[in-house]
Amino acid sequence: MARVRGLGSARSGTEHFWRQRLTAVANIPLTIAFVLIVVSLLGRNHAAAQQILGSPLVAIVILLFIGSVTYHMRIGMQVVIEDYVHGEIARLSLLMLNTFFTVVVGLAAAYAIFKLSFGV
Amino acid sequence: MTERPVSPHMQIYRWPLPMLMSILHRITGCALYFGTLLMAWWLTAAGSGPKAYGKVAGFVDSYFGRLVLFGYTWALIHHMLGGIRHLIWDAGRGFSQQEREGLALATGVGSVILTVLLWIVGFLLIGGTR
Repeated sequence: MARVRGLGSARSGTEHFWRQRLTAVANIPLTIAFVLIVVSLLGRNHAAAQQILGSPLVAIVILLFIGSVTYHMRIGMQVVIEDYVHGEIARLSLLMLNTFFTVVVGLAAAYAIFKLSFGV
Repeated sequence: MTERPVSPHMQIYRWPLPMLMSILHRITGCALYFGTLLMAWWLTAAGSGPKAYGKVAGFVDSYFGRLVLFGYTWALIHHMLGGIRHLIWDAGRGFSQQEREGLALATGVGSVILTVLLWIVGFLLIGGTR
């Protein structure tokens, strides 16, 4: 057990697996909260949405959701790419694109929440 | 000659439920990956102002938009339950034939029930104007 708990010979052997599980567990309550927030905002106008999304509790929950989900997405899509794309250049390009995509989506969404919270 | 068992033909081969759920886990994962674009569009629009938000609301309040949103939330919940199934396996449990069938069924049926339940609570109970 001591060998597999993130302390394999390479010192990072189970890091990928571990982070996937860590974010997976974090995603469980965050996903339920996120779905509830999104669905309860249906039909509300911009002012109401702005007020709710910018309130501290909702903003923090969504920020945590964005962080955990985009990290989980990056790891998950990496596995899919490694499974199906065998050409080295294609694979490396897609792995880079994967990181770019998840960082951009995550940062854009997080920036919006900060803007709603601090009203810049 | 006709009574002997033959190798599975793709036309009559019934997909085992755990296999179907496993494939759906990957499909929902990939769909959700691009589905976050919707979330980013929604949030950045809310941050931009009433005009941009009106466009998102116009889409989401249409029948097609509602359908997409319901599909997105269902995919989230299905992927979540599929993930919980994997966490149970990580703990070294749920590997028997019966348990695997049961977990797969619970993932499929549970995802629909939980999604509808969250919509009832979020949309009807907490939600605003309809």
